[in-house]
Amino acid sequence: MTRKQAIRRGLVGLANYGMLPVLVLLCLLFSVQTITEQQPEGAAAGRALAAAILARTPPRPRVAAFVQAHEADAALVQALAAGLEAAGGELVATARGDAAEAARVIEAAAAAGTPLAALACTRATAAWPAVRAAARDHPTLGDPPVVTPPGYLWPQFLMPANIRNVANSISIIAIIAIGMTLVIITGGIDLSVGSVIALAAVLATLLIRDGIALGPLRLLGGSLEATPATMIAASLVAVAVCGLVGLASGALITVFRLPAFIVTLAMMLIARGTAKDLTQSESVYQIPPAYTWLGGQSSLGGIPNAVLLMLLLYAAAWVLMHRTVLGRYLYAVGGNAEAARLSGVPVTRVLLFAYFLCGLLAGVGGIVMASRTKSGSATYGEMYELYAIAAVVVGGTSISGGEGSILGTLIGAFIIAVIETGMNLTHVPAERQPIVLGGVILGAVLLDRFKQWAWRRRAAPAD
Amino acid sequence: MPADTPPLLSMRGIDKSFPGVHALRGVDLSLAHGEVLALLGENGAGKSTLMKVLAGVYPPDAGRILLAGAEVRFRTPQQARRAGVAVIHQELNLIPALTGCENIFLGQEGSAGLVSRGAEARAAAALLARLGLSVPLHVPCRRLTVAQQQIVEIAKALLHDARIIVMDEPTAALTPLETRQLFRIVGELKARGLGIVYISHRLEEIFQVADRIAVLRDGANVRDCATAAVDRPALIEMMVGRALTEEYPRRVPRIGPPRLVAEGLVRGRAVRGVSLEVRRGEVLAVTGLVGSGRTETARLIFGADRPEAGRVLLDGRALRVRGPRDAIRAGIALLPEDRKTEGLVLAHALRDNFALPNLSWLSRLGFVRRRLERERYAEYASRLRVRAPAPTERARNLSGGNQQKLVLAKWLARRCNVLLFDEPTRGIDVGARYEIYRLINDLAAEGKAILMISSDLPEVLGMADRILVMHEGRITGEITDARRADQRQIMELAVRGAEEAA
Ligand SMILES: Nc1ncnc2c1ncn2[C@@H]1O[C@H](COP(=O)(O)OP(=O)(O)OP(=O)(O)O)[C@@H](O)[C@H]1O
Ligand SMILES: [Mg+2]
Repeated sequence: MTRKQAIRRGLVGLANYGMLPVLVLLCLLFSVQTITEQQPEGAAAGRALAAAILARTPPRPRVAAFVQAHEADAALVQALAAGLEAAGGELVATARGDAAEAARVIEAAAAAGTPLAALACTRATAAWPAVRAAARDHPTLGDPPVVTPPGYLWPQFLMPANIRNVANSISIIAIIAIGMTLVIITGGIDLSVGSVIALAAVLATLLIRDGIALGPLRLLGGSLEATPATMIAASLVAVAVCGLVGLASGALITVFRLPAFIVTLAMMLIARGTAKDLTQSESVYQIPPAYTWLGGQSSLGGIPNAVLLMLLLYAAAWVLMHRTVLGRYLYAVGGNAEAARLSGVPVTRVLLFAYFLCGLLAGVGGIVMASRTKSGSATYGEMYELYAIAAVVVGGTSISGGEGSILGTLIGAFIIAVIETGMNLTHVPAERQPIVLGGVILGAVLLDRFKQWAWRRRAAPAD
Repeated sequence: MPADTPPLLSMRGIDKSFPGVHALRGVDLSLAHGEVLALLGENGAGKSTLMKVLAGVYPPDAGRILLAGAEVRFRTPQQARRAGVAVIHQELNLIPALTGCENIFLGQEGSAGLVSRGAEARAAAALLARLGLSVPLHVPCRRLTVAQQQIVEIAKALLHDARIIVMDEPTAALTPLETRQLFRIVGELKARGLGIVYISHRLEEIFQVADRIAVLRDGANVRDCATAAVDRPALIEMMVGRALTEEYPRRVPRIGPPRLVAEGLVRGRAVRGVSLEVRRGEVLAVTGLVGSGRTETARLIFGADRPEAGRVLLDGRALRVRGPRDAIRAGIALLPEDRKTEGLVLAHALRDNFALPNLSWLSRLGFVRRRLERERYAEYASRLRVRAPAPTERARNLSGGNQQKLVLAKWLARRCNVLLFDEPTRGIDVGARYEIYRLINDLAAEGKAILMISSDLPEVLGMADRILVMHEGRITGEITDARRADQRQIMELAVRGAEEAA
């Protein structure tokens, strides 16, 4: 095998494998670039601290700890105490709070006259004057060293906070990219999703601000007194309206056989215009704080709710595409609409469903956005349709329809997010970031083209 | 021929693999000036692949090609064509939006890149006239039937000055009349000293046209001999690897009341008032010349196109069919004419293609029952002998005959009460044909009504209970006792229609 053949084979392998290797490579790259010294926190820090103290003091050390009054440090103290006790040592005093509290604890220990083996601190508390001066000012303590948890080398990129941030930042685009994948697999496109995000956010926030009324009948109270029921109802109404917008696009495309590109382009203008008109181009912010539950809060051990929703939707979409009759129909319509029709596939209904779902999911994206910002504005979601299309295409779905996968889109979305946050971490100037992103999209499409070309060389007749 | 002149074409030790398939294993082939070589073998034996290697479509993994003694290495089909190799591919390669005329001249418009439409049209018409074939040259090819497209393909290949012409199943969609014209042309080309490779699954043609026979099995040479040295049973045994005592399985027809009745169907110039009925347990063959409206009639019954007038009754009840979906629900299936554009989603897996019309019974609560799907696919694929590396292979990568089997499998599995088969065995080898005929007979025995459009007269005579002959959108003849008819009788009906119309 010549070198050229080897390279070609490698590229084909890469393309066949989807973009997962690319994502992994990008993560590796940014990990290597962002290796820095990290400070452990919480229980991990407590354990590390106990080990460090036991290593440098005589057996059964008596230790005082100095920490701040937050949750992570409470966990630290607990782990430290446990670690010391396991080796026969003892945590004799703990200062929680500020420097003054530390001084009091030191005074008390010195007054008791029992020497201490070490002063256990965090990076922050080690700098407190009382702690630094303890050994000098109180000889009765027996000159205890100040011990802090040892740092370690770890990529900033792989810190849990950063990973959470990557996932959270892409969740909205990833959600609308699900609908986009479906539409593109059927051989269409939906340019309106970005505007539909704004429409959903504006509708939901307006309904919450003004309450929901049916004619003169005031059903649910609005503004800051809005109950969770009001907020949920308002969000659902907004999402439903967005579904109808998608359905309208689908109807125009199927019934009148208009090009999807044109129809959804028009719908994009109409939706954004409606959002602007409804808000008079002002942002709607008179919303109760509880509304941020979906977009701004976390559950299940710190996973943002928006990310959970995204994962849930992806799982559902995967089942839809790969396990249901409807999924098969979506692929078939995109692969060969005529053969599908002659096989009894209800082509029109399948297309309507794809655009309906796309609108619906754009609506969900809009609700997440409104919730995250606790406001609605007609400027939301600008250019998001392009990012969604990019995620779909980078994820390996063929723009000509019939082929592609929902998990590919998730990977595509993550590639975009990883590049964006990675560039921030490595201080690539914001002005230059779109250039890199554009390059990556081109690379992905080229790889796809390469796959088809190679496959033609090996395989198909000139058809 | 003096012994020292090298043969026109010599292929030696050609090897070619696709992922999962070793398609050619060191194949040799030679062709002399003025010789017609029949290249035979089962579906998937490697015939088309060998010819694509010759035509520069695929590079061989190993082996040499010599043209008149000089080694050649084609990297593109254009290079092969320039060296005098013209190929009529099995799968039609016309551009659907262009007219027949434009397709014929594609890639060789005047030297300055200008197109002289008038001159082209005259040349194309003259060419067709010389060939004795007719086809509308000024409508987009997507509106031509498969057979008409085939004729355009033939014209396209003959236009170029070629030394070698490869015909990969050129007659699969042609009726005997057009086939006879083609053989006349083959005779002329041969007299001019051209070499011709002829691929076909219609064995009677081989004896009419070929000087020599080469048989491939599983991508390897198994036999190479003069046509005169073998007879039909021997030929079948060479191809299939076992003897086949009868080509058409016997059946005692048990014909019941009318199942499908069409009354006065009309659509444009293609179908001008067709009425027919198919009874329970009956195999009705519809034949006629290319373009006679057979395909369109079936499409109207199936709802693939809308009739301008006429109605369809199923088991005595009028059907309201707004589209194929309704027809399928009512129990009507159509095996379409063109497997590539109408029968298959080429980019999808074999199993997915098989399941497409069957999902209603291969699913529960909207979820695909994948085990059942796997089992049913395996069952039909083995009965019809679909040769493929895996059920997940893309339909595109199958040989032409195997694609056809896949389309058949998906419709046979649907178990509809009325089956409209448009050239069901087009491109299928003799061994698998027998199996398909048996399946069709089983369906008839269950009381289903079968309408079979076919241009293959031996097949029509071997399978049908009754025969209808169509011409220019009308039914022009009927043979009620197909067992006692012969080919001449059918041809007379088809041609008499032509004369009456003229
Ligand atoms: N592009 C391709 N990719 C993968 N496999 C292929 C491809 N083309 C052909 N094959 C495989 O190579 C084998 C030979 O195919 P080929 O088309 O040459 O058969 P054939 O003899 O022409 O059959 P038929 O009589 O059905 O036309 C088959 O098993 C087929 O599945
Ligand atoms: Mg072939």
